[in-house]
Amino acid sequence: MDNKNISKRIFKDRIFTVCVTFLAFIACLPLLGILFLIIKNGASSINLGFFIHLPKPVGEEGGGIANAIVGTFIVVGIAFLIATPISLLTGIFLSENRKSRFSEMVRVSIDILSGIPSIVIGIIAYLWVVKPMKGFSALSGGIALAMIMLPVVIKSAEETLKLIPYSLREASFALGVPYYRTVLKVILPTGFSGIITGVLIAVARIAGETAPLLFTAFGNPFMNFNITKPVNALPLLVFNYATSPYEQWHKIAWGAAFILIIIVFVVNILARMISKKWKVTF
Amino acid sequence: MKKLLKLAVSALAVISMFVQPLKASSVELIGAGATFPYPLYSKMFDVYNKEHGIKINYSAIGSGGGIRQLMAKTVDFGGTDAFLTDKEIREMPGSAVHIPTCIGAVVFAFNVPGVSELNLTPDVIAGIFLGKIKKWSAPEIRKINQNVKMPDINIVVIHRSDGSGTTFIFSDYVSKISNEWKNSVGTGTSLKWPCGLGAKGNPGVAGLIKQIPGSIGYVELIYALSNKIPFACVQNKSGIFIKPSLLNTSIAANVELPDDMRVSITNTNEKNGYPICGFTWIIVYKEQNYDNRPFEKAKELVNLLWWITHQGQRYTEALHYASLPKEAVVKAERIIQSITYNGKPIIK
Amino acid sequence: MALKKTSKKQEIKKVFSKDPGPWNFYSRAGNKYFLMDWIFKKILFISGVSIFFLVLMIFIFLVLNSMPSIKEFGFRFFLSKSWDPVFEKFGALPFIAGTIFTSFLALLISLPFSLSISLYLGEFSKSGFFSGFLKNSIELLAGVPSVVYGFFGMFVLIPIVRYLEIKFNIEPYGVGIFTSSIILSIMIIPFSASLGREVIELIPQDIKEAGYSLGSTRYEVIKRIVLPYAKSGITAGILMALGRAIGETMAVTMVIGNSNVMPKGLFSPANTMASLIANEFTEAVSRIHLSSLIEIGLVLFIISAVFSIMGKIFIHKFSITENG
Repeated sequence: MDNKNISKRIFKDRIFTVCVTFLAFIACLPLLGILFLIIKNGASSINLGFFIHLPKPVGEEGGGIANAIVGTFIVVGIAFLIATPISLLTGIFLSENRKSRFSEMVRVSIDILSGIPSIVIGIIAYLWVVKPMKGFSALSGGIALAMIMLPVVIKSAEETLKLIPYSLREASFALGVPYYRTVLKVILPTGFSGIITGVLIAVARIAGETAPLLFTAFGNPFMNFNITKPVNALPLLVFNYATSPYEQWHKIAWGAAFILIIIVFVVNILARMISKKWKVTF
Repeated sequence: MKKLLKLAVSALAVISMFVQPLKASSVELIGAGATFPYPLYSKMFDVYNKEHGIKINYSAIGSGGGIRQLMAKTVDFGGTDAFLTDKEIREMPGSAVHIPTCIGAVVFAFNVPGVSELNLTPDVIAGIFLGKIKKWSAPEIRKINQNVKMPDINIVVIHRSDGSGTTFIFSDYVSKISNEWKNSVGTGTSLKWPCGLGAKGNPGVAGLIKQIPGSIGYVELIYALSNKIPFACVQNKSGIFIKPSLLNTSIAANVELPDDMRVSITNTNEKNGYPICGFTWIIVYKEQNYDNRPFEKAKELVNLLWWITHQGQRYTEALHYASLPKEAVVKAERIIQSITYNGKPIIK
Repeated sequence: MALKKTSKKQEIKKVFSKDPGPWNFYSRAGNKYFLMDWIFKKILFISGVSIFFLVLMIFIFLVLNSMPSIKEFGFRFFLSKSWDPVFEKFGALPFIAGTIFTSFLALLISLPFSLSISLYLGEFSKSGFFSGFLKNSIELLAGVPSVVYGFFGMFVLIPIVRYLEIKFNIEPYGVGIFTSSIILSIMIIPFSASLGREVIELIPQDIKEAGYSLGSTRYEVIKRIVLPYAKSGITAGILMALGRAIGETMAVTMVIGNSNVMPKGLFSPANTMASLIANEFTEAVSRIHLSSLIEIGLVLFIISAVFSIMGKIFIHKFSITENG
């Protein structure tokens, strides 16, 4: 009787273990599927011309995505330049004023900001930048992406700086170093790897954002370096070409998705390497 | 900190390097709108760029979008297959003119296994798109397709999800042939669809039709041809089943044209005309000096319009659009000449 | 002399007790860095304020720009099934329904998987080849851009779903609520799984060991100790995942079918709030159409804000139980 009960319990446990392992394994399949498909379809459409040519009109063979690659770098670059300083300062502010009521308010705002769907951010960038400037532009796309980047970088900066022990700054004060220099020269460098990691992760995330670019960066079949003019971007191109009926364009879209994923993964891996290599532990 | 500052300064310098020459450099025109003529425009603008060195960035976002973006003055010109309604003209911040660029036909592309020829009558079209005829084997369809074996599968209606001039031409036609449609759905660039799936742009609709067996949708002729999707013959007012082609599209355009070129040519009276076709237009502001636009930009825009309605027309046939009839070109010339900068005409 | 000394000491003591930051000492002393410190602190403060105002302004702009639609339709906006651009009657119910269906279904599909992954990584096997592989896969999955998921959905998932639909004799759209939910669930699995893993790893080892020492099997420990203990953390993860699914745009737009009518069933095409905006925002001609779209954006904003705050509260609750 007792024995039976125990074996039943053990049996249940076994079943459960198998189930959990099986489900966890199944969940990996889509990733492998996506990676496999993109490598298979993407790699074949990539050659040198793919990187240096512009898209051709419908129906003509060949053509590349040089404009989209450059466009992605421009838009992400703008977002980076806008978001990084503000997020760093805010991150320092939050880690320095941990308990104040106001910083709690700021923290809630950041949580809200990070939860806003990216398409809504697109609407805002349209209302704030595109409409007053009377035109779609790389700048408006960059600003939209910056708003998405802000909460990610702020959070990682705050978390990193919080972990730095108080003794470190006390040592600095003891040497007569003023507050601002202590923060900039002692605390920031100590948290540097964590902050860089946060920035890189945010960059990887915004590089793949499409929704906010739909009505800001807009797309452009030509090469464009002017940030007040529309530019194309990799995710936009993937979206437009994937939903088209042309086989030729599907091929280009697979290639573009491949490059996009490579960029995102490389940045992610870089972030992890940096956080491992330069990590300061206490 | 100094390093950071240096970095920021040099970054700013790099940005301003990008911004500066742009103001001085050659003009770039931005347009957005109809997807219907997009293959033609992308070819024309590619050629124009090679010949005149002017970059024209046209984004196919749908006619509704073309009108909206011109209204918001975010583009230099809008492309549309639906002329502005009187209400839209009133809402425009300035008076806008329509320049016809070509004529296109809207065809019913379908994907029915085993069927390559399909006849449709106005009643059947209205029935299918109102969601009343649900199966390909319905007696109404079988009656007019006697020598084809219709499979017993469901009809999937595919329509546009975005504001579209193609939808406008289509709904303009269906409103003319079906009172029920006219009263319950109406004519417009976006509609309240009684049934079916939406896809973005002509390309999206064509793509979805290709994927879904049993589907039917309306697309511009070239999208059906270039994707090798079969399309239906439509019975016109004279009772003849017409296979859409360039010829019977231009026949349909054989009507009295008003001076502002806002004209619908659907459901033509011509005996051999295809009933569902329409002009596609580029819309621009009549007075080009707004928002401190430089004169060069206005001039380049007018030159482009002139080129499209004249030299550009030679690219139409190859891409299965009908070129403008002579009468339309003359009207277009007069409209282009009426475009002004500071009240003075830009070209004579 | 002696008296003077003590007073200075007392003064220092006072300063320190007021604010433990030693920098205050410098400012009192009239140090030459006083101004720099003051400016620096102000800059920090201003950047904090700017974030607060950014969010506030986003909210205000959304409200202002959706005013025409709010005035025109009022509360009926949320109850009306009709989205009619020709006669300019707009109602958001089909999209609210579409959003709720897709995101809850996605959550339902993803829950067993994400829970399994977090249990496997947090409890069963913290190291080893497969768990390393699993961990990396999940991190990579989280990094895949949503447009790529949509692309994958269009060319892999849609044909599969269509095949199933033909088998079961449903209209073979391929696109629709079911397809979008699957794509969404794939997208939120890494998110909720990594959160769940963190929560489960935080559970103190000793209470689990207490369970084992009483002769419980692992299943019983998980059921009686781990899951109840991690409850609020897991709830927070679910909330955040749900918030993500509701706001997700591109992948859904590519596979949902963009049909502006009330969804009729699991396989029928629909539209979510986010995908509606993506489809129509650049194309809405009339003022009221545009402002209705922005009002939908406002709804999305409010929903996501509520979810973020609720998620935060749950996480906070969890960290309290952890300390207690």
